[in-house]
Formats: sequence, structure tokens, C-alpha cells
Amino acid sequence: MIPQDYLGLAFFSMLCCFWPLGIAAFYLSQKVLQLQQTFDSSLEKPQFPGASAEFVDQLEFIQPNVISGIPVYRVMDRQGNIINPSQDPQLSKETVLNFYQKMTMLNTMDRILYESQRQGRISFYMTNYGEEGTHIGSAAALDPNDLVFGQYREAGVLMYRGFPLDHFMAQCYANADDLGKGRQMPVHYGSKDLNFVTISSPLATQIPQAAGAAYAVKRENTNRAVICYFGEGAASEGDAHAGFNFSATLECPLIFFCRNNGYAISTPTNEQYRGDGIAARGPGYGMLSIRVDGNDVFAVYNATKEARRRAVAENQPFLIEAMTYRIGHHSTSDDSSAYRSVDEVNYWDKQDHPISRLRHYMTARGWWSEDDERSWRKQSRKTVMEAFERAERRLKPNPELLFTDVYQEMIPSLNKQRESLWRHVQQYKENYPLDLYEK
Amino acid sequence: SAVAITGCACSRTKTQRRHAAHFTFQPDPVPSQYGPTQKMNLFQSITSALDNTLASDPTAVIFGEDVAFGGVFRCTVGLRDKYGKDRVFNTPLCEQGIVGFGIGVAVAGATAIAEIQFADYIFPAFDQIVNEAAKYRYRSGNMFDCGNLTIRAPWGCVGHGSLYHSQSPEAFFAHCPGLKVVIPRSPIQAKGLLLSCIADKNPCIFFEPKILYRAAVEQVPEDPYTIPLSQAEVLQEGSDVTLVAWGTQIHVLKEVASMAQEKLGVSCEVIDLQTILPWDIETVCKSVVKTGRLLISHEAPVTGGFASEISSTVQEECFLNLEAPISRVCGYDTPFPHIFEPFYIPDKWKCFEAIKKMINY
Repeated sequence: MIPQDYLGLAFFSMLCCFWPLGIAAFYLSQKVLQLQQTFDSSLEKPQFPGASAEFVDQLEFIQPNVISGIPVYRVMDRQGNIINPSQDPQLSKETVLNFYQKMTMLNTMDRILYESQRQGRISFYMTNYGEEGTHIGSAAALDPNDLVFGQYREAGVLMYRGFPLDHFMAQCYANADDLGKGRQMPVHYGSKDLNFVTISSPLATQIPQAAGAAYAVKRENTNRAVICYFGEGAASEGDAHAGFNFSATLECPLIFFCRNNGYAISTPTNEQYRGDGIAARGPGYGMLSIRVDGNDVFAVYNATKEARRRAVAENQPFLIEAMTYRIGHHSTSDDSSAYRSVDEVNYWDKQDHPISRLRHYMTARGWWSEDDERSWRKQSRKTVMEAFERAERRLKPNPELLFTDVYQEMIPSLNKQRESLWRHVQQYKENYPLDLYEK
Repeated sequence: SAVAITGCACSRTKTQRRHAAHFTFQPDPVPSQYGPTQKMNLFQSITSALDNTLASDPTAVIFGEDVAFGGVFRCTVGLRDKYGKDRVFNTPLCEQGIVGFGIGVAVAGATAIAEIQFADYIFPAFDQIVNEAAKYRYRSGNMFDCGNLTIRAPWGCVGHGSLYHSQSPEAFFAHCPGLKVVIPRSPIQAKGLLLSCIADKNPCIFFEPKILYRAAVEQVPEDPYTIPLSQAEVLQEGSDVTLVAWGTQIHVLKEVASMAQEKLGVSCEVIDLQTILPWDIETVCKSVVKTGRLLISHEAPVTGGFASEISSTVQEECFLNLEAPISRVCGYDTPFPHIFEPFYIPDKWKCFEAIKKMINY
């Protein structure tokens, strides 16, 4: 289907002095040549459907730029001073105080619940030490209706949104007030009202799910965004690759928020990846990406706010890699002194902590004094302890709840199993801790 | 696969002639209770169900590999043009992504219909299906669920599919509470069961017997209708042996029932299980109490295949009614072979022989 070339006819006509025909034919032949140019493989431009780029005749491998990688965006220095005033989000005193109080309340709750596991009161716990900035900064930049998919170290997002201490405690104690009905290990929080999807233990499974949710939310046309949190370790899972690729190809209003805290249990980042962290992968998927100082709550806030605005306005995903440090152990089942030095941990705790940096910012403005600090610490500890004691006293949920919600409806075979358990427990009741559970 | 199904009409040498299909599709009578019907094969009945869904449910979306142009088995032909590219779209080549994405769509409240190109390729999505989809409602205390998710995949032997285009993986998923697993035997069943799966508020896996996509033709109602899940269907009543199967194998068993009647004077009751999970224990047990003999047949390998679950439950419930050990006529414990398929599959002669043994026990 080669277009007819009028060039020959053009010259013939012109030669025979039939100029009008000749000129017309010449004009047409140029158009044909142009048409041919798009499919003419003899022209020096790649035609591959898979990539649009120039040819190059030098053999050169692209250097993955690990030494001087993607720079880290920050607003405050380690002492809480604003570096570039144009980047100060200039939030109100009330807002900043709220950031601070949420971060410190989280810290206080972490200390008490970690201890309670050590004392055998709850079975398991994971702290958020050192990463409070990533939670509060990002949560504050979102709309309350935005859907959150988390991994397991994002309790501050829930706290910022107003999840009551009683609910945190109820889930950890798996008592009758647990919204999750006592089915999961501690810290597997969820809240329908606060648009925080219940966490699950398998890592990175939430990443492609967030892409799907964002796609559905896009079709609803209600200006909602979806945010998906995960650690740098989880980013190695196949599901992460799937989620990134799907969100980019299907144009989803989604923020990927990677907490790069240096460790996946005992595995340091140099054993987790060889490239320039997680942010460098974004461009590979066609995704706008940024690396931020995760311990700078304003940097996290600014980046998330802008990513959210554009994700919704432009229907495309954004990747934020928040660099931070996991000050605590992976969980109560971990003792990190087995694989890292106390000096390293102390550096982050003392020299570069999101809570301290924000406090310096506040005290520099006269918004927070030593007295405020003392009384707030006392008050927050008291509030947490009171919730803790209430949770301790509460009964566990009715064991009937072992059998419900497997399907939306109860099915006959499961009902039979439920009845058989009850008959058994009636017969052997002294061997079952029925007193601890609601009737 | 058309050649494998219809057999070769021309004269070729023995080495080149491929076998005719191991079954004859027997269409069901035209249903009269669902309105006007149209001649449809299996893939067209699927298209019809999807068309009805996209028309009535504005949140419904269909996605997977190659669904945009109509799908490798033509199940989604015409739907993208009719309903728009935001509703019928291709995804990247990634099953764990397809199912994960589908879960997210469902969690956000929209109806998600995910296509996995072959059931043989569902395994990368196994974690998302078993650890996530099946457990979403339970683990969240019913705050979240992905009941709006339906996964469809072509399933079962096709004459030449070999290891990776013939598998019947229902047993892997039968072991997973929270899922529903459904397998139709025909176009009328497929449309009704698929619409039930889509409407069902639990994540469903719908396996479509690929060998029937073109071979099975029936008069299928144009309007939507549902066939209830977890209700096995007694296709023909009998008094001597209960035969249980699902999907393509139903047509094999129907022929076996005729053979048994003709050659042995044995009256067979044929049951289409339809829903593998949760399965209709009551209907099967009621039948075995009557006949005293049970034969279960499936293409999937016998060890750990779903027949073992049925057999185990039936012997618990009907032990004293059994006249003979329960018989399982299934695929061998090998990967699904290519050139050896005629020897591998649980064909009518193997089933017939098994009935003979049970009668003479």
C-alpha cells in the first residue's frame, strides 16, 4: 500500500512545458514523500513501537548513579531552622502544635505498649520510633476522605486522623472493643470511618490494591486520592513492581509513600537493593518521583501536599521516598543490637529526630516552653495509661466471632462446625478460658 | 483447537490424524422462564453476562491481559467499544497485579471483573487471592471486604494444551475459606452462574471450560438471570450409582450413564456440583444415601484433588449406606501431558470400568 509517487509525473510534465500539471504533481509528490517519511525505515530515526528515542553509535552502558543519587529535599536543618524561607509551609501555631502533640502522643503510646508486651500483657507490638515525621507530615497533607493503604509502621497516620487511644489499645489487646473483632495480631489497625484500610501482615500486597482503589476512585470523580505506604524492604516484593506499573499505565491518582528507614528487620539497605534507593525506580515506570528528608515534618508535608494536588488534578501516580531511620527494634520479637551498633541508633535518637527538630522550630518561635513540654508529657502519659488500664480490664470478644465474616453470610458447613465447637466446649469447659471472653 | 474438537474430516495418515474430542456436548433444553433466547456458544454467553453487567452496574469494570480487543478467547468482544475504554481495558502482563488491582477496585466499592488468561497462570496471584481477597472481610472485622471481585479464567483440557494450557486448579482454592469457586458445564449455566458470582458479596473465582468455548452451543436467554451458587444440580435421577463431576466432565459422565444403562442395566444419578466451594454437601449425600455408590471424576490429578474432599465427607456422613468404596476417576499424578493426553484424561471407558467394579464389589 505504497502511496503513489507523483514525482516522476511531475518532472515529465514540467519537461513537456505543461507547467500547471507539473507544479500540481510536484506539490503532491512532496506530500507523498512526507507521508512516506513516517514509515520509511531508511530514515535515521528509530521506529520501534516499544521506545521513542534517538539512535546512538557509541557503545556506552548507562551508569546507575548511586554515589550522587537523587537529592534529599528538606525544609529544616537538623536544628529545626528553616533553610529556604520560601519552602516554609507557614502553618499556623495551632496546626504545628497539633503535629507535635500527635507525634509525641504516638511516642508515648509506643513506650507504654512496648513495655506491656514485655510484661506479657499483649502478645506483640511494633514501635514507630524515629518515623513519626513521616506519618504526621503526610497525613496532614491529605484530605480526610483520602483512602490510606498502610504496611504496619504508620500508626501516626491513624493517630493524626483522630483514631482514639481506646481503639489502638483495643486492637492490641484484642478485646471486645476491637473494631477488627480480635482476629489479628496487635498493630493490625483499620478504620472504616477514618478511611484507613485494615493492615495485613503479608508485605507489599497493599501496593497493587492501592492502584485499583485509586482507579475506582478516579472513576467516581469526587477528587479523592489514595496513598499507599510501604518500607524500602517491601519495595523489593513483586507486588511493588506490579503496583507501580499498573498505577502508571492506568493513570491512577495515587501517592506511593516509601518509608526508607535503613533496615528490613536485620537486612540493611545495601543488601536490599543495589540501585539508588526506591525513588530512582519511579522514572523507570514513568512516574514522577522525589526523595525527601523523612525526619523533617515540613518537607514531608510539602511533598505530600503537592503530590496529592497533582495526582488528583492530572490522574497520575507520584512516588515519595522519605528517608528516615528506624530507631526501635523491628518488633518485640527482635533485638536489633544483634546487627547494628548502639552508637548508630543513638545518633538518630539524639541528633536527627523528627520530634526534636519540630520542637526546636516551635521553641524558636516562642510557641513551646519547657513548662509546656513537662506538662504535656505528663498529660499525654496519663491519657495513655488510662486508656491502657481500661483496655486491660475489658473482656475478649465472644468466641462466636471466630466463625463470622468468613463470607458475608453464614454457610451451612461452617455453622455445623460452630455447633460442634460449642458442644465440645460445653463438655470440656474447664479446659477453655471462657471467663476471659464475653458471653 | 477446532480440529481437536471436531476431528479430522479429510484422509490423513494415522500419525497425523488427531483424536476427536473425548466427549459430546449435550445442550440443555431451552429455558422458558428467563425471556427471549439466542443461539450462543460458551464464550458468547460469557460476553452476554458481561454485557448485562456493564449495562446495569455503572461501577463495573473488566480488565486483564488482552481484554480490550476482545480477549484471546473472544469473551470480551465488542464491550470496549460499547462501554468505553475506562471500563474495559488491558493491564500489564502481571497476574499478581491483576488480582491485587482487582481487590483494590472492589475494596473501593466498584465491581471488579478480572480476567486471568489461563487458569494455569493464576499462581502468581495466589498470595493476593488466598492471603488477601479471601481474608479481607474476616481480618478487618467486616469493616472492609472485596466481595465485589470476580476472577475469571479459562480452565481444563483442550486436546493439545499440555502442561500450561490445560490445568484445573480448583483444589488449590477449595482449601481457602472465604473464597467461592464456581465451574459451569454449559453456556446457559455459565451466564447464570457468572452473574451470580458477580452479584455475590464474596470474592469468586469462575473457571470457564475452554474446550467448550466454541463447542458448546445452546439457546441462552438474552436478559440477565442468576443460577444460585452452592446448589448442586441433579441432571438425571438414578437408583444404583451417583456420578459427580463439574465442567466438561459432566458431558463425559452423561455418556457414561447411558453406557451403564445400555450395557450393564445400571441406573445412574448424575450430579453437576457447579460450586466447588462452598459445595452442596446435602444434595450429594442425599443421593448417595439413595444409591449407595459414588463415583467422582475430574481432570485434575487424583491426589489432593477435590474428589478427595467429597469422598472424605461422604464416607463420614453416609458410611453405613455405602455398598462399595467411593471411586475417584481422575487425572494421574503427573503434570498434564501433551501427546499423552488421550491416555491421561479420565475418559468414559475409565469411568465405565469404575462403575462395573463398584456394581460387582
